[in-house]
Amino acid sequence: MVEGIDGSGKSTQISLLSHWLRSQGYAVAFSEWNSSPLVRQTTRRGKRKEMFTPSTFSLIHATDFADRMESYILPLVKSGAIVCADRYAYTAFARDVARGVSRSWVRNLYRFAIHPNLSFYFRVPLDVALGRILGGRDALKYYEAGMDLGLARDVEESFRIFQGRILDEYEAMAQEMGFHIIDATMSIEDQQRRMRKIVVDELGDGLKNGVLHLPAGGEFGAQPTASPLL
Amino acid sequence: MHNRQPLHFYREPLPGVDISELQGKLVVIEGPDAVGRSTQIALLRQWLEREGHAVLDTGMARSALAGKGIQMAKKGNTLGPITMTLFYTTDFADRLENEIIPALRAGFVVLIDRYIFSIMARAIARGEDRRWIEQVAGFALAPHAVYYLRAEVDHLVSRVVLGRGAFDYWESGMDLRFGPDMYESFVRYQTRLIKALDTMVEPYDFTVIDAGQPIGRIFRELQRHISKLQLARVGRRPAARRIPKLVEEKRPIRKKA
Repeated sequence: MVEGIDGSGKSTQISLLSHWLRSQGYAVAFSEWNSSPLVRQTTRRGKRKEMFTPSTFSLIHATDFADRMESYILPLVKSGAIVCADRYAYTAFARDVARGVSRSWVRNLYRFAIHPNLSFYFRVPLDVALGRILGGRDALKYYEAGMDLGLARDVEESFRIFQGRILDEYEAMAQEMGFHIIDATMSIEDQQRRMRKIVVDELGDGLKNGVLHLPAGGEFGAQPTASPLL
Repeated sequence: MHNRQPLHFYREPLPGVDISELQGKLVVIEGPDAVGRSTQIALLRQWLEREGHAVLDTGMARSALAGKGIQMAKKGNTLGPITMTLFYTTDFADRLENEIIPALRAGFVVLIDRYIFSIMARAIARGEDRRWIEQVAGFALAPHAVYYLRAEVDHLVSRVVLGRGAFDYWESGMDLRFGPDMYESFVRYQTRLIKALDTMVEPYDFTVIDAGQPIGRIFRELQRHISKLQLARVGRRPAARRIPKLVEEKRPIRKKA
């Protein structure tokens, strides 16, 4: 799975990686943040009508993730497919906390998740990411820019402050979560080369007959518990 | 462990809510499916409004944000237990922030048909981790009172059969198929729900009410409890005196005559 702030280039990289894995003959599935068919419509409507508070924004994304986990990711991982996820629970850990939601609460919220075999974090300076985003799109979206927080009246300014907070959260958890850090200022080709090398080094022996034989890590999150969920 | 003071957050405070501004009363009716909660809420609402209180009543899957989404998700066959728990929690959070808290700020009596406890009980009955869901739902406000309409599963079965005449897919826990058919699955699932609610009686300060009694008796018992909650009074006559009178009007002429 890949993480990083908007404009870090992580979606490009995970897409390239999944095509490569597929071309190598592996069973590959793809799961994107915010893409559950059961939940997506509610999220979309809530965003359009600006109905979210930090708590409901956090909960609806956890609901979306839970649906993808229960009916897609988990069965596929169990069956040996390599699931490539564009964003994972860490997105919520960074973004919801940047919105003012309690850190321990949001970590507990995602405890049903399975621990990824490999986590890539695309490290990029804020200005580089902003340059990519602002150059590529004409309008920043309301929640993406953190406009619900009233950080600044100007959308671009709000976006800058909000993404800066998210970046701080990512940086603070990078070590704890065991992220493989990719320097996202390198060329696309160099980043992809590094990713592929890490995949081969870390999973190489586990990939036989086109499927992954390594079990996904155990229980997720920082909260200790007696009865693991999955 | 739990902060039980009324109108305090159980665990995690919601960002942006000042609880010192809340002055209404938060009253919850809990209980398994088909136990008669909504009948009692309708009666209580009428009574409270006649007493001059502004009442908001709300219940599960009624939020502007997630109500429709939940209904749609329940029509399909892919809604998993964790997703369901979180969808209902989203629905609850939306109502808490946008309906319940504003009504409490305005001094309303808020009557809630099922609170976080049903969401928790359903999760626990489906084998999810209790501490997980207790913490997830920890942003809820502790109510002034939780009245738990308690019945044995036999009683629920006869109410379903006599009332609706058919078992509901979700009320029977058919998503996890607790039994070979709807009846057996209903019995097993509802038994687990009741058991889960029973374990909350002590830690969450439930007042248990025998739901096997006739509707009028349950109502009077609820009235007795609610009139002790020190609701703000309207007019001069003490509220407590007016309750029995109102009930007598509704009671059919029996024994007394």
